[in-house]
Amino acid sequence: MRILAIETSCDDTGAAVVLNGRKILSNIVSSQVSVHQRYGGVVPELASRRHIESIVPIVTEALERAKVTLRDIDGIAVTQGPGLVGSLLVGLSFAKSLSFVTGLPFVGINHIEAHLSAIFLEERSPKFPFIGLVVSGGHTSLFRVDGFGKFKRLGQTRDDAAGEAYDKVAKLLGLGYPGGPIIDELSRTGNPEAIRFPRPSLGKNSFDFSFSGLKTAVVNYVKAHPEPATGYPEDLIRDIVSSFQEAVVEVLVRKTLQAAQHEKLKRVVLSGGVAANSRLRQKMEEEAAEQRLKVFIPSPSLCSDNAAMVAVAGYEYLKQGIRSPLSLNAFSNLPL
Amino acid sequence: MKILLKSRSPSDTIRIGNRIGNLLLLGDIVALVGELGAGKTQLIKGLAAGAGVRKTTYVSSPSFTLINEYAGRVPFYHIDLFRLGSEKEAEELGLEEYLQGRGVTAIEWADKIPSLLPKELLWIEIRNTGRKTRSLEITGKGERYLNLVDQIQSSEFGVGSSETRRRGSRLPTIC
Repeated sequence: MRILAIETSCDDTGAAVVLNGRKILSNIVSSQVSVHQRYGGVVPELASRRHIESIVPIVTEALERAKVTLRDIDGIAVTQGPGLVGSLLVGLSFAKSLSFVTGLPFVGINHIEAHLSAIFLEERSPKFPFIGLVVSGGHTSLFRVDGFGKFKRLGQTRDDAAGEAYDKVAKLLGLGYPGGPIIDELSRTGNPEAIRFPRPSLGKNSFDFSFSGLKTAVVNYVKAHPEPATGYPEDLIRDIVSSFQEAVVEVLVRKTLQAAQHEKLKRVVLSGGVAANSRLRQKMEEEAAEQRLKVFIPSPSLCSDNAAMVAVAGYEYLKQGIRSPLSLNAFSNLPL
Repeated sequence: MKILLKSRSPSDTIRIGNRIGNLLLLGDIVALVGELGAGKTQLIKGLAAGAGVRKTTYVSSPSFTLINEYAGRVPFYHIDLFRLGSEKEAEELGLEEYLQGRGVTAIEWADKIPSLLPKELLWIEIRNTGRKTRSLEITGKGERYLNLVDQIQSSEFGVGSSETRRRGSRLPTIC
């Protein structure tokens, strides 16, 4: 069963063709170089108008790279939410039109469920049940996952998402956007114990997250150490971001492992853009090993937003004959 | 007309937001300005609770998705322009639609889109006065919002707020 998947929840336009929910035949994201070359430059996908411009070429490229035509496709999966409504609507309307014209079944997929499904595109994938941490620029949530479509949310952020905190700290220090990869890189040579930033816990029995206090602590630190006329010394920047990252990672790892213990589960899955962070991957592996837990993390390109992960979830629904009506709407904060 | 309120903590900021949120009506627009970590999202948590949004524990920052929508007494739109590079991007985003009174709209980093904002709105500027303390300068622009500022002031001074006065916090100053 070949699924064509479309993902437009935020900045990037994505399209993919996946065989039987496991094997990627193509997985195109608009931030990829070949697409930029086709359009002569980097195209930020902030606005829905950009999605409109790129959706046809991206879907076309996904079909071409997979060496298939629409006739070889058995079903369409598309992100329904959560995300930016204007962007979601572009992908959803496109998928619905395609379904209407071709007669192919289509199904709307929750973006978070897609992230939790990305791991099944890897050779080493977990059995159910497992604890899933979805951590990105827009989300920081912990789930107990008992199967496809069987989720229990254990906790989520009450203010900023982890990736958002990265972006804001990077901006505060004038490091550029997106902040995640930049801070990850700078932190390698910084001292993670230079500054003791707070590790917000919200109580022992809570699996919720809060990163806005940590962000404010970094703001306060920077204010207390104003920039000298010669600019910030590079070492200080490295120490600040390294210490900040250590605080974020420690909270993410601790809560995830506590959740595993609480639910008496032995498997942990990480996903979302921040799951590409090298320190998070390392610390999660280390601490989970101590507790004899197995950790599963998709390769970085499957952690960030992409359509292949949408196809995985879509396959599971479509093979059971579950499809969405053409009246399906997009929702910015679609719950899982 | 302006009033100045003081907040001693993030939870204090939420309480102030709740009081203001209680007074908001369909079509109202609240513009929030303040640096990173000033407490704009905290204030909006309160505004949302006051506007009847349930379970506001999870009214979280929409910096990444730009707009979150909640069902309250009236639809509540939480917009965050942190990631926005230019006013043109806001136009492409279709922001105008949210500024035409379909619900209550609260906008973080509103100073990024000066020419797109309606002339009449409630303008709240949050300033850091210490590690945790903040001052909130609230300005009403246009008749509806001048009235609103009036109401906020009476709700801060009004019946049942003797405790507030005794604690000495949030004493409004009229400018």
